[in-house]
Amino acid sequence: MAGASPMVLAEDLTRHYRVARKEETLLGTLRHFLRRQYQVVRAVEGVSFRIAPGEVVGFLGPNGAGKTTTLKMLTGLVHPTRGRALVAGHVPWRREKAFLKKITLVMGNKQQLIWDLPAMDSLRLNAAIYEVPEGEFRKRVLELAEMLSLTERLHQPVRKLSLGERMKAELLAALLHRPEVLFLDEPTLGLDVNAQVAVREFIQEYNRRYGATVLLTSHYMADIVALCPRVLVIHQGRLLYDGALEGLLERFAPYREVGLTLRHPLPREAFLPFGEVRELEGREVRLLVPRERLTERVAEILKRLPVEDLEVKEPPLEEVFARVYKVAPSGPAESKETR
Amino acid sequence: MRKARVLLAVYLAYMLEYRAELFLWVLSGALPLILLGVWSEAARGGSFPFTPGEFARYFLMVFLVRQATVVWVEWEFERDVVEGRLSFRLLRPLDPFFDHLAAHVAERLARLPFVVLLTLLFFALFPEARFLPEPGAFLLGLLLTLLAFLLRYTMQYAIAMLTFWTERATSVGEVFFLLYLFLSGTIAPLEVFPETLRHLALLTPFPYLVYLPAALLAGQKVSLFPGLWVMLSWGGVFLGLWRLLWRLGLRRYSGHGA
Repeated sequence: MAGASPMVLAEDLTRHYRVARKEETLLGTLRHFLRRQYQVVRAVEGVSFRIAPGEVVGFLGPNGAGKTTTLKMLTGLVHPTRGRALVAGHVPWRREKAFLKKITLVMGNKQQLIWDLPAMDSLRLNAAIYEVPEGEFRKRVLELAEMLSLTERLHQPVRKLSLGERMKAELLAALLHRPEVLFLDEPTLGLDVNAQVAVREFIQEYNRRYGATVLLTSHYMADIVALCPRVLVIHQGRLLYDGALEGLLERFAPYREVGLTLRHPLPREAFLPFGEVRELEGREVRLLVPRERLTERVAEILKRLPVEDLEVKEPPLEEVFARVYKVAPSGPAESKETR
Repeated sequence: MRKARVLLAVYLAYMLEYRAELFLWVLSGALPLILLGVWSEAARGGSFPFTPGEFARYFLMVFLVRQATVVWVEWEFERDVVEGRLSFRLLRPLDPFFDHLAAHVAERLARLPFVVLLTLLFFALFPEARFLPEPGAFLLGLLLTLLAFLLRYTMQYAIAMLTFWTERATSVGEVFFLLYLFLSGTIAPLEVFPETLRHLALLTPFPYLVYLPAALLAGQKVSLFPGLWVMLSWGGVFLGLWRLLWRLGLRRYSGHGA
């Protein structure tokens, strides 16, 4: 995994925010005016990891877990409260030119392309700003546009593009300077399945071709499964897990899903002795069964219930994550402070 | 320099997307042309240091100088911060100061045809304003117009930095605009100001934004010094202020989560 000289290094990375707090009453407003109460939000708390050159890592966590704040620290937009980071050999928040030329940040919910002009104009602008030579610029646009099947669209105003095409154009603009490290924050947000697959394949291809390092957040598990052999899981600002995706299942979801089709419907109580009922609809039931007791429970189910069909599966990843976030030790993420 | 050329070309294309808007914007700067009517009329009656023709020439030049020095970076910057677009600009290896500057210069080029058209129309309506400028003073006037633009840009950019603290830096800008309107010579040439007020005004940056270049272009007898030094000093002050507030502001911006 992470070698001697990582491309991305985070050590004890921590970011606290002070947020003013006010009660909604008139008295609260008055108090707020006279003696402001602050609340410290621990957005990121002591996060450490290393990513080797060329690695593709998924960064997972529910909304507000600290993913975006971490990405902003690694791209130099936010100073950490504490801790150390090194990206491509630079301290991000110094924002040196050489550093900025080696990285990119794509945010699925924000866009950098000029809305009323063809994407090509924004690309030319980026090429000039990043000092990409003219010939090289043309070569790269051709190559990337072909990988994204976007060639004909580059001369239409950005506002005329579909959401998927716009995201592809955003990616093209963000990768024109051929960054070594890609920070992708929800790059497939809101895209339909086809566009999602296209973006996913493009990221894979870009990583393969240029050996770029990728740190990617996504709420679509399909993205993570397809792209990231390794995942980081963050919850309430703390790193919960760092390792292979399969390992995550072993550790946080020692369950199997047992799907049953019955000959006739039964009440919920009938299934309680066998496992946790996830879904019950007519003759269809989905149960979560602890893995180490799977054989014994299945035998019992077959013996005692009117089973027509039975199948055993891995639980869906979304459910695993819901479980991870639920069982995670939720220490006090906030503390009060008065000034 | 390729960077500057491409920036200009792309922003010019961007500005040309808004031709109609641009034309209206040029028209909205026609205040000096209205004031011109008022002052020429007054000059016919009262005892002023200017003839109606000189007034006409001065206000025409005020119009042109103001067209050449329009700056709106305050609003642009405020929007960048409030909408979080500043983050994108920070990711690029180019200071937003120059990015916005390029957009302003490109807009100037897009505006030029409309301004020329309006000037020709003006000459048709006010034949007494026609004159042949003296090349030396005229060139100097052009140079000062360029400096005036840079001063106004830097000044507004420095004020825009306050967005990091108030998110409504434009209200501070409004106050400056009021001072600008009175002290820059937009409403009346400084020659008609009371003596004390004129001396005070000349210590502020405002007369150098309009009055000095306009008077030079109009062929008036004005002394360049010490005005030019005052102008350059203010330029230095606002440059320094920009750098300082930018550094402090960025720390704050990042502190609030970018």
